[in-house]
Amino acid sequence: MAEGELKYFIFLGCAIPYRVSAYEISTRKVMEKLGVKLEEMPEFNCCGLPMDPVSHEMMLLLAARNLCIAEEKNMSIMALCPGCAGTLNKVNTMLKNDKKLREEINEYLKVDGLEFKGIIEVKHLIQVLNDDVGLEKITAAVKKSLKGLKVAEHNGCHVLRPKEYMGFDDPEDPKVLKALIEATGAECLDYMDEAQCCGAPTAGINDKIPLQLSREKLTHIRDVGAQALITICPFCHMMFETNQMRIERMLNEKFGIPTLHYPQLLGLALGLSPEELALDELRVKPTEQLKQIGI
Amino acid sequence: MLQVEKGGAKETEQRAVLKITDMDPKFKYEISKIPGGEKIMLCFQCGTCTSDCPVARFSGAYRPRQIIRMTQLGLKKRVLESESLWLCASCFTCTDRCPQDVKVADIIRVLKNLAVKEGYVPPVFKVLASSILDTGYAYRIPEMRIKKREELGLPSLPKGNPQSLAKLTERIGFKKLLEAKSE
Repeated sequence: MAEGELKYFIFLGCAIPYRVSAYEISTRKVMEKLGVKLEEMPEFNCCGLPMDPVSHEMMLLLAARNLCIAEEKNMSIMALCPGCAGTLNKVNTMLKNDKKLREEINEYLKVDGLEFKGIIEVKHLIQVLNDDVGLEKITAAVKKSLKGLKVAEHNGCHVLRPKEYMGFDDPEDPKVLKALIEATGAECLDYMDEAQCCGAPTAGINDKIPLQLSREKLTHIRDVGAQALITICPFCHMMFETNQMRIERMLNEKFGIPTLHYPQLLGLALGLSPEELALDELRVKPTEQLKQIGI
Repeated sequence: MLQVEKGGAKETEQRAVLKITDMDPKFKYEISKIPGGEKIMLCFQCGTCTSDCPVARFSGAYRPRQIIRMTQLGLKKRVLESESLWLCASCFTCTDRCPQDVKVADIIRVLKNLAVKEGYVPPVFKVLASSILDTGYAYRIPEMRIKKREELGLPSLPKGNPQSLAKLTERIGFKKLLEAKSE
């Protein structure tokens, strides 16, 4: 790797290729603009998180296998989904620090010729943007300031919690995504219960609680006058965007809050077109917001 | 047993006089030996977990503090059979805010894993697991989606390696776990 060159395996996870391609499209476009190289990860599998409630061991094995694949090329992982980033990062740390657990897992991995060595890192997209690319470089790359646009952010639990493993931001008062949003010129508003869960993980078990949780967050976001919501998680995005009209119908509300993946917002500021950033995939159209910023 | 119907999944609440014979005094030790369950005895029932739990706000039955207390008391059957156990969103707010560092969400995961061993696997997890074992991905991504990537200018989606996964998971008996009777 040339000095100063940023290069990662992009970890797509399952939800993004399944139904949130706009997040992937806009991420690739933005990273290309910022000079970050992304390589496809061969034969990766589910990060492991969905299996943790069924079998902790299964989760560890799924995550460890992904880590081994990245280690073979000695390349760190950048995940787009906070669930994947959180899980892979947690297992990476656990296996690096706990010799007994590492030996146990390596014993299993051996049957497929794999071994965990502990030589790479796992980061979420916003960590790469904040820590490796840096706010300075991002600000310098802005071609079209989004000044005047007022938005709110929603991080998604697993980039923040448990703090013991993620730890790069304060889960009680997260600042990294806000700073990244403000680098585009847009204003990022504070609102009540900012770091609260969107409810998505319970969607397979209960059909009402997740919608009630998302409704509550959308209400708080509407109350402070945000013109758009910015997310960095495919599941949160499905709750706030894909399901927004369903929430409106079911719970008799009116929101009309366009919800963008952060790289879509950043992309607009970097001079990319709405088409390039797959903004047409949004159900709640940001027509007025785009007009306001002159796009 | 009082069943509260809320939005599809049943939330089960049990209110009954506790019988000493229903309690398994060894249960808490069993839990404390499983990774993640080590700190079960440290809980002093302050209720921070429940009051900060986003799910508890809208659920009539899910109360993490109760789950921890029932576990301490050794009400094994009641805890493991409880459907509300599965309502935890694993947002880790309870874990991060617990003044006793109990790692509540990890304990709930330990309890879910035990419930699975006892034969209770909510259907959604069987669907996710079979997809992972067959394709590597938690969802069965339709052919159409995979083809559309080309149109969208995206690189082709890496294929999973089910043979590798089968080899890795055979020794932990993962498939057997799922064959257990559901509900």
